[in-house]
Amino acid sequence: MENKEFKLVDLIFETEGCDVGVVLDRVLKRTPDDIIMDMIDSGLRGRGGAGFPTGLKWKFTRSESAYDKYIICNADEGEPGTFKDREILERVPMKVFTGMAIAGYAIDAKEGFIYIRGEYRFLQKKLQSQIDEFNLMLENKGLDFKIALRWGSGAYICGEESALFESMEGKRGEPRNKPPYPTITGFRNKPTVINNVETLVYATMINKYGVDKFKELGTRDSHGSKVFSVSGDTPKPGIYELEMGLLVADFVKEFGDGDAKAVQIGGAGGTCVPRKKFDDFIIGYEGVPTGGSMMIFNSSRSMYNVLHDYLEFFTEESCGQCTPCRVGCQQLLKGIEAIKRGERPPSYLDDLKSLAASMRIASKCGLGQSVANPFSTIIDNFREEIIY
Amino acid sequence: MGKFEVNLKINNIPVTVEEGTTILDAAKKLNFRIPTLCHHPDLCVAGNCRVCVVEQKGAKALTAACATPVSEGMEISTNSAQVRTARRHVLELLLSEHRSECTSCYKNGKCELQELANEYRVNETTFMKLVEEKGYTIDDFSPAIIKDDSKCIRCQRCVRTCTEMQSVSALAVINKGEHQKIATFMDKPMHSVVCTNCGQCVTHCPTGALVEKNYIDQVWDVINDPELHVVVQTAPAVRIGLGESLDLSPGNRVTGKLVSALRRLGFNSVLDTDFSADLTIMEEGTELLTRLKKALVEKDTETALPMTTSCSPGWIKFIEHKYPEYLPNVSTCKSPQQMFGALAKTFYAQKKGLKAEKIVSVSIMPCTAKKYEANRPEMRDSGYQDVDYVLTTRELAMMIRQAGIDFVSLPNEKYDSIMGKSSGAGVIFGATGGVMEAALRTAYEIVTGREVPFENLNILPVRGLQGVKEAKVLIENVKPEWGFLEGAELSCAIAHGLANAKKLMDKVKSGEMSYHFIEIMACPGGCLGGGGQPIPVNDEIREARMKAIYEEDSSLSIRKSHENPEVIALYEEFLGEPLGHKSHELLHTHYTGRKKY
Repeated sequence: MENKEFKLVDLIFETEGCDVGVVLDRVLKRTPDDIIMDMIDSGLRGRGGAGFPTGLKWKFTRSESAYDKYIICNADEGEPGTFKDREILERVPMKVFTGMAIAGYAIDAKEGFIYIRGEYRFLQKKLQSQIDEFNLMLENKGLDFKIALRWGSGAYICGEESALFESMEGKRGEPRNKPPYPTITGFRNKPTVINNVETLVYATMINKYGVDKFKELGTRDSHGSKVFSVSGDTPKPGIYELEMGLLVADFVKEFGDGDAKAVQIGGAGGTCVPRKKFDDFIIGYEGVPTGGSMMIFNSSRSMYNVLHDYLEFFTEESCGQCTPCRVGCQQLLKGIEAIKRGERPPSYLDDLKSLAASMRIASKCGLGQSVANPFSTIIDNFREEIIY
Repeated sequence: MGKFEVNLKINNIPVTVEEGTTILDAAKKLNFRIPTLCHHPDLCVAGNCRVCVVEQKGAKALTAACATPVSEGMEISTNSAQVRTARRHVLELLLSEHRSECTSCYKNGKCELQELANEYRVNETTFMKLVEEKGYTIDDFSPAIIKDDSKCIRCQRCVRTCTEMQSVSALAVINKGEHQKIATFMDKPMHSVVCTNCGQCVTHCPTGALVEKNYIDQVWDVINDPELHVVVQTAPAVRIGLGESLDLSPGNRVTGKLVSALRRLGFNSVLDTDFSADLTIMEEGTELLTRLKKALVEKDTETALPMTTSCSPGWIKFIEHKYPEYLPNVSTCKSPQQMFGALAKTFYAQKKGLKAEKIVSVSIMPCTAKKYEANRPEMRDSGYQDVDYVLTTRELAMMIRQAGIDFVSLPNEKYDSIMGKSSGAGVIFGATGGVMEAALRTAYEIVTGREVPFENLNILPVRGLQGVKEAKVLIENVKPEWGFLEGAELSCAIAHGLANAKKLMDKVKSGEMSYHFIEIMACPGGCLGGGGQPIPVNDEIREARMKAIYEEDSSLSIRKSHENPEVIALYEEFLGEPLGHKSHELLHTHYTGRKKY
């Protein structure tokens, strides 16, 4: 397994010498197809967590012939333990907008929207004036593309792309059936590119520095770097941009408090890696992928409580439309409570694990499908903590 | 764009279907039934119950067969171990949220969840029961519909029915996660919101979460009371629907057996709503002609046109809520059920020498809104509640079973008299376009002295399942007293299903279209697809029922309302003339506007 040393990177938050106008000028001199080829070549994958190749997403949308197409920046950052998009939007908003404009140019979209988490309302005034400024710049450059803000209302599920479209259309935020995918039928049923905040900034940086500089970083399947939100039992919580492919053990060595017993990678819907497996995984698509949330737990933490919290979260944040997710989450939660109270035998955990496996394959969207990640990995590694 | 063919394999058997076909339908073609709950052929795809999941080779997750179109080279397994486990889990989860009181449930034996649970031998104790812990309410305030959240499986069929099919949106999804549920505005009781009581949610609910309020026990009680004289009327659509609930296939005409069965149940007199449908035509046809005369000759600007029908109580409640400004356009005629009810306790009582208070009037309806209608304050013109109990077609079937009657082998019997005679025009009230056709058969003849210029009296342009239909009838060579209509073209429109009614009314409202006469039925297909008819329902079944209705019409010797001898006698002996004083007192009414929520 190829892994990388701990290395801080400064691409996302780099401000020095980063004139987005210059980047845009360079982009506009090239053809959309060249831009998309570069994006594919860079190997950039969605930084929201799902990791779909960004260039392909753009390519599919470009090949649709619809007159109306949209670029959406998914800033509905709601995964527990993730707080990087807020920071990016606060510190380098222009680079986000530029990524959207590049995408818009590449797929021939005229409108872009930033769907932002309702809790980030405090950013509104500043962000709006920066958007106005940016739109004006595009107008001056003769690029027919405009960005507008749209606000979420606090539902976790609205970060799921199709639920996000529904929410933007004024409907109840519930995921749609797929296919069709957003590249064909997205916002207002038009071809839509929806990218995470961080992904869009990388799009800007790839266009600034070229593909090679990006590809220098990371491993074979996990090119580039990534912003991590580090929290939990760590002496230095915060936001760090690191090269992809870091061994979990090296991550813990850098950020842990010396007593880490587990790292939850990828938020509530992510994977729990216990101490004994720190050396087995890298952070990346070959190992454990993440949207950026890294929660470290030391030996003072009860993994029952950790799991219980996650399940409470999912029980509340499931949209409720599909059976496996709506009822499954409740059953997992009530189930571990019943085992803890001794009302159900420890073997009931196996029934629940089997249920979680069904939720993974039968749920309608990524939310219900991902509940099995923390459930199975915590149960498998900390079974005794759950039961006793 | 032409349709392409797609080749795929289902359970290793190759099949070729049209592009856009769902996996569900492709499997059906190979005689593989994939179980479904949230899917209904009448409604848009939801893909939320997940009981139809299948395995697609190469895919990480399972696929909802109802929501996924086929693609070239797809390899599907509908019954792998993984699929069976997931399906069983889905069913176990649904049951854990479902208050199972199957033996006492109204839907026992007709519940889709129960059927699948049985098929998969699901163990109800695998997971923890969530019902009691969450608490639930049963809304049984409405005289028409009971909503029991504890039996709801959140498939949202009712929501899609109420919103898409009916444009009513009385039901919606509220809350998320564990608290997600189907609710009315502010979770108020069904009778105090915009609900039209049409009962389409009931015919589309897979479980016992939405059912009609049943009055079976009350009806048994009055039948068993020797002091009481119980009359029963049967709506047109009951005779072509009832068989489906009693082991017959859709489209069977069971009029004679229906009469036999009712007699065997112990009703004192078995009468026909078709009779009062004919009466409605006399009143409503005359009303239309009077309105036309007032508007066209007397230039009375107060006379509202187009006139709309008033037979469908779902439509009445809908217009009260959504288009109250058009209430003056609604015919003042009561529905056939209510005309019958008002006459049962007056004319009928007088003829039979009975005291009105000893008469109990029961109606068998394809409808749940009729239950609400019977309880309206407007419907007490006999001095009593005109119709005491309304049973749906389904409730009657249940009574017939309870009485141990072998329905299929019953002899055909005839309705009692008086108020038991009907014309073919009365029968077709049960199908969309039927009231229009019946009205035209009579009105045209009143005005011209000739039969309507359609072969065998069959006015085909007003028939069929098309959502909104239009027809124009040129009126020529009129009788002298109708001279003002000479050369006029009567412009008619018909809508069925409230979403279509909305489309039509919006066109009228915007001035895009203008008509003289509009027929609206709240339910798709008209009463034959009513909320009180046997379950399941889909367009194929509606077509079969419709065919039976028109066969019944053709089989009768009298095809025009004004030729119904009992109706003629009624005017001679009791009412005088259409729109006369007595008619106004008993057969007409007015409705009042309601709020939009």
